[in-house]
Amino acid sequence: MSRAWPILSVVAAIVAIWYAAAIWMNATWTYDQAARAGVQVSLGEVVADTLHQERPVLPAPHQVIRELVKSTLGISVTSKRSLVYHAWVTISATLLGFVIGTLAGILLAVGIVHNRAMDMSVMPWAIASQTIPILAIAPMIIVVLNSMGVTGLVPKAVISAYLSFFPVVVGMVKGLRSPEAAQLDLLRTYSAGGNQVFWGLRLPSSVPYLFTSLKVGVAASLVGTIVGELPTGAVAGLGARLLSGSYYGQTVQIWAALFVAAIVAASLVALIGVAERATLRRMGIRP
Amino acid sequence: MSVATTMDWRLGLILAMWLGAWLLNSGLALQQQRFVRYAVPAVFGVTLLVLWEMVVTLYGVSPVILPAPTAIGVRIAAELPTLWLDFVQTFLKGALTGYVIGCAAAVLVAIAIDRSAFLQAGLLPVGNFVAALPIVGIAPIMVMWFGFDWHSKAAVVVIMVFFPVLVNTVAGLAASERMQRDLMATWGASYWQGLWKLRLPAAMPFIFNGLKIASTLALIGAIVAEFFGSPTRGMGFRITAEIGRLGLDMIWAEIAVAALAGSAFYGAIALIERGVTFWHPSQRK
Repeated sequence: MSRAWPILSVVAAIVAIWYAAAIWMNATWTYDQAARAGVQVSLGEVVADTLHQERPVLPAPHQVIRELVKSTLGISVTSKRSLVYHAWVTISATLLGFVIGTLAGILLAVGIVHNRAMDMSVMPWAIASQTIPILAIAPMIIVVLNSMGVTGLVPKAVISAYLSFFPVVVGMVKGLRSPEAAQLDLLRTYSAGGNQVFWGLRLPSSVPYLFTSLKVGVAASLVGTIVGELPTGAVAGLGARLLSGSYYGQTVQIWAALFVAAIVAASLVALIGVAERATLRRMGIRP
Repeated sequence: MSVATTMDWRLGLILAMWLGAWLLNSGLALQQQRFVRYAVPAVFGVTLLVLWEMVVTLYGVSPVILPAPTAIGVRIAAELPTLWLDFVQTFLKGALTGYVIGCAAAVLVAIAIDRSAFLQAGLLPVGNFVAALPIVGIAPIMVMWFGFDWHSKAAVVVIMVFFPVLVNTVAGLAASERMQRDLMATWGASYWQGLWKLRLPAAMPFIFNGLKIASTLALIGAIVAEFFGSPTRGMGFRITAEIGRLGLDMIWAEIAVAALAGSAFYGAIALIERGVTFWHPSQRK
Protein backbone atom coordinates (compact mmCIF):
# COMPACT_ATOMS: atom_id res chain seq x y z
CA MET A 1 0.00 0.00 0.00
CA SER A 2 2.91 2.33 0.76
CA ARG A 3 3.95 2.07 -2.90
CA ALA A 4 0.49 2.87 -4.22
CA TRP A 5 0.09 6.02 -2.11
CA PRO A 6 2.46 8.32 -4.09
CA ILE A 7 1.08 7.06 -7.42
CA LEU A 8 -2.51 7.65 -6.29
CA SER A 9 -1.72 11.20 -5.17
CA VAL A 10 0.01 12.01 -8.47
CA VAL A 11 -2.99 10.64 -10.39
CA ALA A 12 -5.32 12.66 -8.15
CA ALA A 13 -3.25 15.78 -8.82
CA ILE A 14 -3.45 15.16 -12.58
CA VAL A 15 -7.26 14.82 -12.39
CA ALA A 16 -7.47 18.03 -10.32
CA ILE A 17 -5.31 19.93 -12.84
CA TRP A 18 -7.45 18.50 -15.63
CA TYR A 19 -10.66 19.85 -14.03
CA ALA A 20 -9.06 23.25 -13.46
CA ALA A 21 -7.87 23.35 -17.08
CA ALA A 22 -11.31 22.28 -18.32
CA ILE A 23 -13.00 25.13 -16.42
CA TRP A 24 -10.39 27.64 -17.60
CA MET A 25 -10.37 26.58 -21.26
CA ASN A 26 -14.14 26.20 -21.64
CA ALA A 27 -14.99 29.43 -19.82
CA THR A 28 -14.42 31.57 -22.94
CA TRP A 29 -17.30 29.88 -24.73
CA THR A 30 -19.58 30.23 -21.69
CA TYR A 31 -18.84 33.97 -21.41
CA ASP A 32 -19.38 34.39 -25.16
CA GLN A 33 -22.77 32.70 -24.97
CA ALA A 34 -23.74 34.78 -21.94
CA ALA A 35 -22.65 38.03 -23.59
CA ARG A 36 -24.61 37.13 -26.72
CA ALA A 37 -27.70 36.42 -24.64
CA GLY A 38 -27.08 39.61 -22.69
CA VAL A 39 -27.06 37.99 -19.25
CA GLN A 40 -24.59 38.11 -16.42
CA VAL A 41 -23.26 34.78 -15.17
CA SER A 42 -21.94 34.13 -11.70
CA LEU A 43 -18.74 32.19 -11.14
CA GLY A 44 -20.70 29.15 -9.90
CA GLU A 45 -22.77 29.06 -13.09
CA VAL A 46 -19.63 29.33 -15.24
CA VAL A 47 -18.04 26.37 -13.47
CA ALA A 48 -21.21 24.31 -13.75
CA ASP A 49 -21.56 25.13 -17.46
CA THR A 50 -17.92 24.48 -18.40
CA LEU A 51 -18.13 20.92 -17.08
CA HIS A 52 -21.24 20.01 -19.10
CA GLN A 53 -20.77 21.52 -22.55
CA GLU A 54 -21.74 19.63 -25.67
CA ARG A 55 -18.48 20.30 -27.55
CA PRO A 56 -15.99 21.54 -24.95
CA VAL A 57 -12.46 22.59 -25.81
CA LEU A 58 -11.31 20.21 -23.10
CA PRO A 59 -13.93 17.75 -21.84
CA ALA A 60 -13.91 17.12 -18.10
CA PRO A 61 -12.86 13.60 -17.02
CA HIS A 62 -16.39 12.61 -15.98
CA GLN A 63 -17.73 13.52 -19.44
CA VAL A 64 -15.11 11.29 -21.07
CA ILE A 65 -15.88 8.43 -18.66
CA ARG A 66 -19.60 8.82 -19.32
CA GLU A 67 -19.05 8.72 -23.10
CA LEU A 68 -16.73 5.75 -22.60
CA VAL A 69 -19.31 3.80 -20.60
CA LYS A 70 -22.10 4.80 -22.97
CA SER A 71 -20.23 3.70 -26.09
CA THR A 72 -18.90 0.45 -24.62
CA LEU A 73 -21.61 -0.89 -22.31
CA GLY A 74 -24.58 1.14 -23.56
CA ILE A 75 -24.53 -0.06 -27.18
CA SER A 76 -24.46 -3.57 -28.61
CA VAL A 77 -20.88 -4.51 -29.47
CA THR A 78 -21.74 -5.15 -33.12
CA SER A 79 -22.97 -1.58 -33.63
CA LYS A 80 -20.74 0.79 -35.59
CA ARG A 81 -21.07 3.30 -32.78
CA SER A 82 -19.69 0.93 -30.18
CA LEU A 83 -16.11 1.56 -29.13
CA VAL A 84 -15.73 -2.16 -28.40
CA TYR A 85 -16.34 -2.83 -32.08
CA HIS A 86 -13.78 -0.22 -33.16
CA ALA A 87 -11.28 -1.40 -30.55
CA TRP A 88 -11.65 -4.96 -31.81
CA VAL A 89 -11.01 -3.86 -35.39
CA THR A 90 -7.79 -2.21 -34.24
CA ILE A 91 -6.72 -5.01 -31.91
CA SER A 92 -7.22 -7.77 -34.48
CA ALA A 93 -5.07 -5.97 -37.07
CA THR A 94 -2.47 -5.16 -34.42
CA LEU A 95 -2.21 -8.74 -33.20
CA LEU A 96 -2.12 -10.27 -36.69
CA GLY A 97 0.69 -7.91 -37.69
CA PHE A 98 2.47 -8.30 -34.39
CA VAL A 99 2.58 -12.10 -34.67
CA ILE A 100 3.84 -11.96 -38.27
CA GLY A 101 6.41 -9.27 -37.46
CA THR A 102 7.66 -11.15 -34.41
CA LEU A 103 8.04 -14.48 -36.22
CA ALA A 104 9.83 -12.83 -39.14
CA GLY A 105 12.04 -10.89 -36.74
CA ILE A 106 13.04 -14.04 -34.83
CA LEU A 107 13.82 -15.87 -38.08
CA LEU A 108 15.99 -13.03 -39.36
CA ALA A 109 17.77 -12.79 -36.01
CA VAL A 110 18.58 -16.52 -36.13
CA GLY A 111 19.97 -16.03 -39.64
CA ILE A 112 22.02 -13.02 -38.55
CA VAL A 113 23.56 -14.86 -35.61
CA HIS A 114 24.54 -17.86 -37.74
CA ASN A 115 25.76 -16.10 -40.87
CA ARG A 116 28.49 -13.50 -40.75
CA ALA A 117 27.72 -12.03 -44.17
CA MET A 118 24.06 -11.63 -43.26
CA ASP A 119 25.02 -10.03 -39.96
CA MET A 120 27.28 -7.47 -41.60
CA SER A 121 24.83 -6.74 -44.43
CA VAL A 122 21.57 -6.45 -42.51
CA MET A 123 22.41 -5.35 -38.97
CA PRO A 124 23.58 -1.78 -39.72
CA TRP A 125 20.39 -1.21 -41.73
CA ALA A 126 18.19 -2.72 -39.02
CA ILE A 127 19.73 -0.39 -36.45
CA ALA A 128 19.60 2.65 -38.74
CA SER A 129 15.96 1.93 -39.56
CA GLN A 130 15.08 2.60 -35.92
CA THR A 131 16.05 6.25 -36.35
CA ILE A 132 13.77 6.65 -39.38
CA PRO A 133 10.13 7.77 -39.06
CA ILE A 134 8.84 4.57 -40.69
CA LEU A 135 5.31 5.50 -39.66
CA ALA A 136 5.28 8.11 -42.43
CA ILE A 137 4.87 5.42 -45.09
CA ALA A 138 1.80 3.92 -43.41
CA PRO A 139 -0.76 5.88 -45.48
CA MET A 140 1.04 4.97 -48.69
CA ILE A 141 1.09 1.24 -47.90
CA ILE A 142 -2.64 1.35 -47.18
CA VAL A 143 -3.50 3.13 -50.42
CA VAL A 144 -1.17 1.05 -52.62
CA LEU A 145 -2.47 -2.23 -51.20
CA ASN A 146 -6.03 -0.96 -51.60
CA SER A 147 -5.40 -0.18 -55.26
CA MET A 148 -4.04 -3.71 -55.69
CA GLY A 149 -7.28 -5.06 -54.29
CA VAL A 150 -6.02 -5.91 -50.82
CA THR A 151 -8.38 -4.31 -48.30
CA GLY A 152 -9.59 -4.71 -44.75
CA LEU A 153 -7.38 -6.21 -42.09
CA VAL A 154 -4.27 -7.07 -44.13
CA PRO A 155 -2.89 -3.61 -45.09
CA LYS A 156 -3.02 -2.45 -41.46
CA ALA A 157 -1.45 -5.72 -40.34
CA VAL A 158 1.40 -5.16 -42.81
CA ILE A 159 2.23 -1.82 -41.16
CA SER A 160 1.85 -3.31 -37.71
CA ALA A 161 4.16 -6.20 -38.66
CA TYR A 162 6.70 -3.81 -40.13
CA LEU A 163 6.84 -1.71 -36.96
CA SER A 164 7.22 -4.66 -34.57
CA PHE A 165 9.76 -6.36 -36.84
CA PHE A 166 12.86 -4.23 -36.19
CA PRO A 167 12.70 -4.04 -32.38
CA VAL A 168 12.39 -7.85 -32.32
CA VAL A 169 15.34 -8.33 -34.69
CA VAL A 170 17.63 -6.06 -32.67
CA GLY A 171 16.57 -7.47 -29.30
CA MET A 172 16.67 -11.08 -30.45
CA VAL A 173 20.18 -10.74 -31.96
CA LYS A 174 21.36 -9.29 -28.66
CA GLY A 175 19.69 -12.16 -26.80
CA LEU A 176 21.04 -14.94 -29.01
CA ARG A 177 24.53 -13.49 -28.51
CA SER A 178 24.13 -13.14 -24.74
CA PRO A 179 25.60 -16.55 -23.69
CA GLU A 180 29.08 -16.07 -22.27
CA ALA A 181 32.21 -17.56 -23.78
CA ALA A 182 32.56 -19.88 -20.79
CA GLN A 183 29.08 -21.32 -21.39
CA LEU A 184 29.79 -21.84 -25.10
CA ASP A 185 33.12 -23.46 -24.21
CA LEU A 186 31.41 -25.79 -21.76
CA LEU A 187 29.01 -26.96 -24.46
CA ARG A 188 32.01 -27.51 -26.74
CA THR A 189 33.63 -29.74 -24.11
CA TYR A 190 30.38 -31.75 -24.20
CA SER A 191 30.97 -31.87 -27.98
CA ALA A 192 27.56 -30.34 -28.61
CA GLY A 193 26.61 -29.71 -32.25
CA GLY A 194 25.41 -26.40 -33.65
CA ASN A 195 21.78 -27.44 -33.29
CA GLN A 196 22.25 -28.44 -29.68
CA VAL A 197 24.01 -25.18 -28.83
CA PHE A 198 21.12 -23.28 -30.42
CA TRP A 199 18.23 -25.12 -28.77
CA GLY A 200 19.98 -25.78 -25.47
CA LEU A 201 21.79 -22.50 -24.80
CA ARG A 202 21.26 -19.65 -27.27
CA LEU A 203 17.47 -19.80 -27.56
CA PRO A 204 16.77 -20.12 -23.80
CA SER A 205 19.13 -17.26 -22.95
CA SER A 206 17.48 -15.02 -25.53
CA VAL A 207 14.02 -15.32 -23.93
CA PRO A 208 14.34 -12.37 -21.49
CA TYR A 209 15.58 -10.13 -24.33
CA LEU A 210 12.74 -11.34 -26.55
CA PHE A 211 10.09 -10.31 -24.01
CA THR A 212 11.63 -6.86 -23.57
CA SER A 213 11.47 -6.24 -27.31
CA LEU A 214 7.98 -7.77 -27.55
CA LYS A 215 6.73 -5.05 -25.19
CA VAL A 216 8.30 -2.33 -27.34
CA GLY A 217 7.07 -4.07 -30.49
CA VAL A 218 3.43 -4.43 -29.46
CA ALA A 219 3.23 -0.75 -28.48
CA ALA A 220 4.72 0.22 -31.86
CA SER A 221 2.32 -2.17 -33.62
CA LEU A 222 -0.69 -0.52 -32.03
CA VAL A 223 0.47 2.98 -33.02
CA GLY A 224 1.09 1.68 -36.55
CA THR A 225 -2.39 0.23 -36.83
CA ILE A 226 -4.04 3.40 -35.51
CA VAL A 227 -2.12 5.57 -37.99
CA GLY A 228 -2.91 3.03 -40.72
CA GLU A 229 -6.61 3.62 -40.11
CA LEU A 230 -6.36 7.32 -40.88
CA PRO A 231 -6.17 7.42 -44.71
CA THR A 232 -8.96 4.92 -45.43
CA GLY A 233 -11.51 7.66 -44.85
CA ALA A 234 -12.54 6.94 -41.28
CA VAL A 235 -14.32 3.62 -41.78
CA ALA A 236 -13.57 1.53 -38.71
CA GLY A 237 -11.08 1.30 -35.88
CA LEU A 238 -9.79 3.61 -33.17
CA GLY A 239 -7.79 5.71 -35.66
CA ALA A 240 -10.96 6.24 -37.68
CA ARG A 241 -12.79 7.33 -34.52
CA LEU A 242 -10.04 9.89 -33.85
CA LEU A 243 -10.25 11.21 -37.41
CA SER A 244 -14.05 11.44 -37.58
CA GLY A 245 -14.03 13.08 -34.16
CA SER A 246 -11.61 15.70 -35.42
CA TYR A 247 -13.67 16.26 -38.61
CA TYR A 248 -16.86 16.98 -36.69
CA GLY A 249 -15.34 18.67 -33.64
CA GLN A 250 -16.57 15.90 -31.34
CA THR A 251 -13.95 16.37 -28.63
CA VAL A 252 -15.60 13.99 -26.18
CA GLN A 253 -15.54 11.26 -28.82
CA ILE A 254 -11.82 11.86 -29.49
CA TRP A 255 -10.96 11.65 -25.81
CA ALA A 256 -13.04 8.49 -25.37
CA ALA A 257 -11.22 6.88 -28.33
CA LEU A 258 -7.89 8.00 -26.84
CA PHE A 259 -8.79 6.42 -23.50
CA VAL A 260 -9.69 3.15 -25.20
CA ALA A 261 -6.42 3.24 -27.16
CA ALA A 262 -4.54 3.81 -23.89
CA ILE A 263 -6.39 0.94 -22.19
CA VAL A 264 -5.69 -1.37 -25.14
CA ALA A 265 -1.99 -0.44 -25.17
CA ALA A 266 -1.66 -0.91 -21.42
CA SER A 267 -3.49 -4.27 -21.55
CA LEU A 268 -1.36 -5.59 -24.41
CA VAL A 269 1.87 -4.63 -22.64
CA ALA A 270 0.57 -6.00 -19.33
CA LEU A 271 -0.44 -9.27 -21.03
CA ILE A 272 3.09 -9.72 -22.36
CA GLY A 273 4.38 -8.85 -18.90
CA VAL A 274 2.28 -11.65 -17.38
CA ALA A 275 3.47 -14.11 -20.02
CA GLU A 276 7.04 -12.96 -19.38
CA ARG A 277 6.82 -13.52 -15.62
CA ALA A 278 5.20 -16.94 -16.05
CA THR A 279 7.73 -18.06 -18.67
CA LEU A 280 10.79 -16.82 -16.81
CA ARG A 281 9.60 -18.42 -13.57
CA ARG A 282 8.92 -21.69 -15.40
CA MET A 283 12.41 -21.58 -16.92
CA GLY A 284 13.93 -20.80 -13.54
CA ILE A 285 15.53 -17.57 -14.79
CA ARG A 286 13.65 -15.44 -12.27
CA PRO A 287 12.15 -16.61 -8.98
CA MET B 1 4.87 -21.38 -73.54
CA SER B 2 6.65 -18.19 -74.57
CA VAL B 3 5.15 -16.33 -71.59
CA ALA B 4 6.63 -18.91 -69.24
CA THR B 5 10.10 -18.64 -70.79
CA THR B 6 10.17 -14.83 -70.58
CA MET B 7 9.09 -15.06 -66.95
CA ASP B 8 11.98 -17.43 -66.30
CA TRP B 9 14.41 -15.14 -68.09
CA ARG B 10 13.52 -12.10 -65.98
CA LEU B 11 13.38 -14.05 -62.76
CA GLY B 12 16.70 -15.68 -63.60
CA LEU B 13 18.33 -12.30 -64.16
CA ILE B 14 17.07 -10.98 -60.81
CA LEU B 15 18.11 -14.14 -58.98
CA ALA B 16 21.54 -14.06 -60.67
CA MET B 17 22.02 -10.46 -59.53
CA TRP B 18 21.02 -11.45 -56.00
CA LEU B 19 23.31 -14.47 -55.95
CA GLY B 20 26.24 -12.46 -57.31
CA ALA B 21 25.87 -9.78 -54.65
CA TRP B 22 25.47 -12.47 -52.01
CA LEU B 23 28.68 -14.23 -53.05
CA LEU B 24 30.51 -10.89 -53.10
CA ASN B 25 29.33 -10.10 -49.57
CA SER B 26 30.10 -13.61 -48.31
CA GLY B 27 33.64 -13.21 -49.64
CA LEU B 28 33.98 -9.69 -48.25
CA ALA B 29 32.72 -10.77 -44.82
CA LEU B 30 35.64 -13.20 -44.50
CA GLN B 31 38.18 -10.38 -44.84
CA GLN B 32 39.57 -8.77 -41.72
CA GLN B 33 40.21 -5.24 -43.04
CA ARG B 34 38.42 -2.27 -41.54
CA PHE B 35 36.76 -1.06 -44.75
CA VAL B 36 34.74 -4.30 -44.85
CA ARG B 37 32.58 -3.05 -42.02
CA TYR B 38 31.32 -0.29 -44.31
CA ALA B 39 31.60 -2.08 -47.64
CA VAL B 40 29.32 -5.02 -46.79
CA PRO B 41 26.26 -3.01 -45.70
CA ALA B 42 26.87 -0.60 -48.61
CA VAL B 43 26.89 -3.51 -51.11
CA PHE B 44 23.72 -4.84 -49.51
CA GLY B 45 21.95 -1.48 -49.74
CA VAL B 46 22.99 -0.89 -53.35
CA THR B 47 21.93 -4.44 -54.27
CA LEU B 48 18.47 -3.84 -52.84
CA LEU B 49 18.13 -0.64 -54.88
CA VAL B 50 19.32 -2.37 -58.07
CA LEU B 51 16.94 -5.31 -57.50
CA TRP B 52 14.10 -2.86 -56.90
CA GLU B 53 14.94 -1.07 -60.17
CA MET B 54 15.18 -4.39 -62.04
CA VAL B 55 11.84 -5.65 -60.75
CA VAL B 56 10.11 -2.42 -61.70
CA THR B 57 11.58 -2.15 -65.21
CA LEU B 58 11.63 -5.86 -66.14
CA TYR B 59 8.06 -6.51 -65.04
CA GLY B 60 6.77 -3.06 -66.01
CA VAL B 61 5.33 -2.34 -62.57
CA SER B 62 2.99 0.63 -62.69
CA PRO B 63 4.47 3.79 -61.09
CA VAL B 64 1.18 4.10 -59.20
CA ILE B 65 2.11 0.97 -57.24
CA LEU B 66 5.89 1.15 -56.95
CA PRO B 67 8.02 3.81 -58.65
CA ALA B 68 11.62 2.90 -59.58
CA PRO B 69 14.47 4.31 -57.46
CA THR B 70 15.73 6.29 -60.47
CA ALA B 71 12.29 7.86 -60.90
CA ILE B 72 12.32 8.83 -57.23
CA GLY B 73 15.81 10.29 -57.63
CA VAL B 74 14.70 12.36 -60.63
CA ARG B 75 11.72 13.58 -58.63
CA ILE B 76 13.92 14.57 -55.69
CA ALA B 77 16.22 16.55 -57.99
CA ALA B 78 13.26 18.28 -59.66
CA GLU B 79 11.36 19.12 -56.48
CA LEU B 80 14.19 20.33 -54.25
CA PRO B 81 12.52 23.70 -53.40
CA THR B 82 9.26 21.99 -52.37
CA LEU B 83 11.10 19.37 -50.33
CA TRP B 84 13.08 22.11 -48.59
CA LEU B 85 9.86 24.04 -47.83
CA ASP B 86 8.29 20.88 -46.32
CA PHE B 87 11.48 20.13 -44.39
CA VAL B 88 11.53 23.62 -42.85
CA GLN B 89 7.84 23.42 -41.93
CA THR B 90 7.86 19.92 -40.44
CA PHE B 91 11.36 19.41 -39.13
CA LEU B 92 12.79 22.82 -38.20
CA LYS B 93 9.54 24.44 -37.05
CA GLY B 94 7.43 21.53 -35.80
CA ALA B 95 9.73 18.75 -34.67
CA LEU B 96 12.80 20.70 -33.54
CA THR B 97 10.89 23.39 -31.59
CA GLY B 98 8.80 20.78 -29.83
CA TYR B 99 11.86 18.63 -29.18
CA VAL B 100 13.80 21.45 -27.52
CA ILE B 101 10.84 22.60 -25.40
CA GLY B 102 9.82 19.06 -24.42
CA CYS B 103 13.32 17.86 -23.51
CA ALA B 104 14.17 21.04 -21.58
CA ALA B 105 10.90 20.80 -19.65
CA ALA B 106 11.51 17.12 -18.87
CA VAL B 107 15.03 17.73 -17.53
CA LEU B 108 13.84 20.70 -15.45
CA VAL B 109 10.92 18.70 -14.00
CA ALA B 110 13.28 15.83 -13.20
CA ILE B 111 15.55 18.23 -11.28
CA ALA B 112 12.53 19.81 -9.59
CA ILE B 113 11.26 16.47 -8.25
CA ASP B 114 14.79 15.30 -7.45
CA ARG B 115 14.58 16.26 -3.78
CA SER B 116 11.18 14.66 -3.22
CA ALA B 117 11.25 10.88 -2.97
CA PHE B 118 7.46 10.98 -2.72
CA LEU B 119 6.99 12.75 -6.07
CA GLN B 120 9.51 10.44 -7.73
CA ALA B 121 7.76 7.34 -6.43
CA GLY B 122 4.52 8.76 -7.81
CA LEU B 123 5.67 10.25 -11.12
CA LEU B 124 7.99 7.49 -12.33
CA PRO B 125 5.37 4.70 -12.67
CA VAL B 126 2.96 7.19 -14.25
CA GLY B 127 5.70 8.33 -16.66
CA ASN B 128 6.62 4.77 -17.56
CA PHE B 129 2.95 3.99 -18.14
CA VAL B 130 2.38 7.04 -20.34
CA ALA B 131 5.55 6.34 -22.35
CA ALA B 132 3.97 3.06 -23.59
CA LEU B 133 0.72 4.72 -24.71
CA PRO B 134 -0.09 5.72 -28.32
CA ILE B 135 0.40 9.43 -27.60
CA VAL B 136 0.28 10.37 -31.31
CA GLY B 137 -3.48 10.05 -30.89
CA ILE B 138 -3.42 13.38 -29.06
CA ALA B 139 -2.70 15.06 -32.43
CA PRO B 140 -6.32 15.89 -33.40
CA ILE B 141 -6.84 17.59 -30.04
CA MET B 142 -3.68 19.66 -30.39
CA VAL B 143 -4.71 20.69 -33.89
CA MET B 144 -8.01 21.96 -32.44
CA TRP B 145 -6.26 23.85 -29.66
CA PHE B 146 -3.29 25.36 -31.46
CA GLY B 147 -4.51 25.62 -35.04
CA PHE B 148 -3.27 24.09 -38.31
CA ASP B 149 0.20 25.64 -38.35
CA TRP B 150 3.36 24.24 -36.80
CA HIS B 151 2.43 25.21 -33.24
CA SER B 152 0.07 22.24 -32.89
CA LYS B 153 2.76 19.89 -34.28
CA ALA B 154 5.29 21.23 -31.79
CA ALA B 155 2.75 20.67 -28.99
CA VAL B 156 2.32 17.00 -29.99
CA VAL B 157 6.10 16.59 -30.07
CA VAL B 158 6.46 18.20 -26.62
CA ILE B 159 4.08 15.65 -25.10
CA MET B 160 5.64 12.72 -26.97
CA VAL B 161 9.24 13.44 -25.96
CA PHE B 162 8.52 14.57 -22.39
CA PHE B 163 8.04 11.23 -20.65
CA PRO B 164 10.93 9.20 -22.09
CA VAL B 165 13.35 12.04 -21.25
CA LEU B 166 11.83 12.52 -17.78
CA VAL B 167 12.09 8.84 -16.87
CA ASN B 168 15.67 8.60 -18.13
CA THR B 169 16.79 11.80 -16.38
CA VAL B 170 15.35 10.70 -13.03
CA ALA B 171 17.12 7.34 -13.42
CA GLY B 172 20.32 9.19 -14.34
CA LEU B 173 20.22 11.50 -11.34
CA ALA B 174 20.23 8.36 -9.16
CA ALA B 175 23.21 6.92 -11.04
CA SER B 176 26.10 8.47 -9.07
CA GLU B 177 27.55 6.20 -6.43
CA ARG B 178 27.14 6.52 -2.70
CA MET B 179 30.91 6.93 -2.23
CA GLN B 180 31.04 9.78 -4.74
CA ARG B 181 28.16 11.62 -3.05
CA ASP B 182 29.77 11.12 0.35
CA LEU B 183 33.01 12.55 -0.99
CA MET B 184 31.16 15.66 -2.18
CA ALA B 185 29.61 15.96 1.30
CA THR B 186 33.01 15.76 3.01
CA TRP B 187 34.12 18.69 0.82
CA GLY B 188 31.18 20.62 2.17
CA ALA B 189 29.50 20.85 -1.24
CA SER B 190 25.99 22.32 -1.22
CA TYR B 191 23.06 20.51 -2.88
CA TRP B 192 23.44 22.59 -6.05
CA GLN B 193 27.21 22.11 -6.21
CA GLY B 194 26.74 18.37 -5.81
CA LEU B 195 24.08 18.41 -8.52
CA TRP B 196 26.10 20.52 -10.94
CA LYS B 197 29.53 18.96 -10.43
CA LEU B 198 28.70 15.31 -9.80
CA ARG B 199 25.15 14.14 -10.34
CA LEU B 200 24.26 15.91 -13.58
CA PRO B 201 27.47 14.82 -15.35
CA ALA B 202 26.92 11.29 -14.03
CA ALA B 203 23.36 11.43 -15.37
CA MET B 204 24.44 12.45 -18.90
CA PRO B 205 24.63 8.94 -20.42
CA PHE B 206 21.05 8.33 -19.25
CA ILE B 207 19.81 11.74 -20.39
CA PHE B 208 21.33 11.23 -23.83
CA ASN B 209 19.70 7.81 -24.05
CA GLY B 210 16.36 9.57 -23.51
CA LEU B 211 17.28 12.32 -25.98
CA LYS B 212 18.09 9.74 -28.66
CA ILE B 213 14.78 7.92 -28.17
CA ALA B 214 13.03 11.30 -28.27
CA SER B 215 14.74 12.35 -31.53
CA THR B 216 12.96 9.56 -33.42
CA LEU B 217 9.63 10.25 -31.70
CA ALA B 218 9.84 13.97 -32.53
CA LEU B 219 9.90 13.44 -36.30
CA ILE B 220 7.14 10.80 -36.14
CA GLY B 221 4.96 13.10 -34.03
CA ALA B 222 5.42 16.09 -36.34
CA ILE B 223 4.64 14.08 -39.50
CA VAL B 224 1.65 12.18 -38.13
CA ALA B 225 0.15 15.33 -36.57
CA GLU B 226 0.01 16.83 -40.08
CA PHE B 227 -2.31 14.00 -41.16
CA PHE B 228 -4.96 15.67 -38.98
CA GLY B 229 -4.74 19.06 -40.65
CA SER B 230 -1.98 21.42 -41.70
CA PRO B 231 -1.26 24.41 -43.93
CA THR B 232 -0.42 23.53 -47.55
CA ARG B 233 3.16 22.61 -46.79
CA GLY B 234 4.92 20.05 -44.62
CA MET B 235 6.01 16.44 -45.08
CA GLY B 236 2.84 14.90 -43.63
CA PHE B 237 0.66 17.22 -45.69
CA ARG B 238 2.56 16.40 -48.90
CA ILE B 239 2.26 12.67 -48.25
CA THR B 240 -1.52 12.82 -47.80
CA ALA B 241 -1.96 15.24 -50.70
CA GLU B 242 0.11 13.15 -53.13
CA ILE B 243 -1.78 10.00 -52.14
CA GLY B 244 -4.91 11.63 -53.54
CA ARG B 245 -3.08 12.36 -56.82
CA LEU B 246 -1.29 8.96 -56.81
CA GLY B 247 2.05 10.76 -56.99
CA LEU B 248 3.93 7.92 -55.36
CA ASP B 249 7.35 9.08 -56.51
CA MET B 250 6.84 12.33 -54.56
CA ILE B 251 5.79 10.36 -51.45
CA TRP B 252 8.94 8.25 -51.71
CA ALA B 253 10.95 11.45 -52.12
CA GLU B 254 9.45 12.82 -48.90
CA ILE B 255 10.17 9.52 -47.15
CA ALA B 256 13.79 9.67 -48.34
CA VAL B 257 14.09 13.18 -46.92
CA ALA B 258 12.44 12.09 -43.65
CA ALA B 259 14.80 9.10 -43.37
CA LEU B 260 17.80 11.32 -44.03
CA ALA B 261 16.62 13.96 -41.55
CA GLY B 262 15.86 11.29 -38.91
CA SER B 263 19.29 9.63 -39.18
CA ALA B 264 21.09 12.99 -39.28
CA PHE B 265 19.19 14.18 -36.20
CA TYR B 266 20.03 10.97 -34.34
CA GLY B 267 23.64 11.18 -35.50
CA ALA B 268 23.94 14.79 -34.31
CA ILE B 269 22.66 13.85 -30.84
CA ALA B 270 25.09 10.90 -30.76
CA LEU B 271 27.97 13.25 -31.71
CA ILE B 272 27.08 15.70 -28.93
CA GLU B 273 26.85 12.74 -26.57
CA ARG B 274 30.36 11.65 -27.49
CA GLY B 275 31.64 15.13 -26.65
CA VAL B 276 29.76 15.41 -23.35
CA THR B 277 30.22 11.89 -22.00
CA PHE B 278 33.76 11.29 -23.29
CA TRP B 279 34.64 9.76 -19.89
CA HIS B 280 32.04 6.98 -20.10
CA PRO B 281 33.30 3.41 -20.82
CA SER B 282 30.91 3.04 -23.78
CA GLN B 283 32.67 5.93 -25.58
CA ARG B 284 36.20 4.57 -25.25
CA LYS B 285 37.88 3.40 -28.40
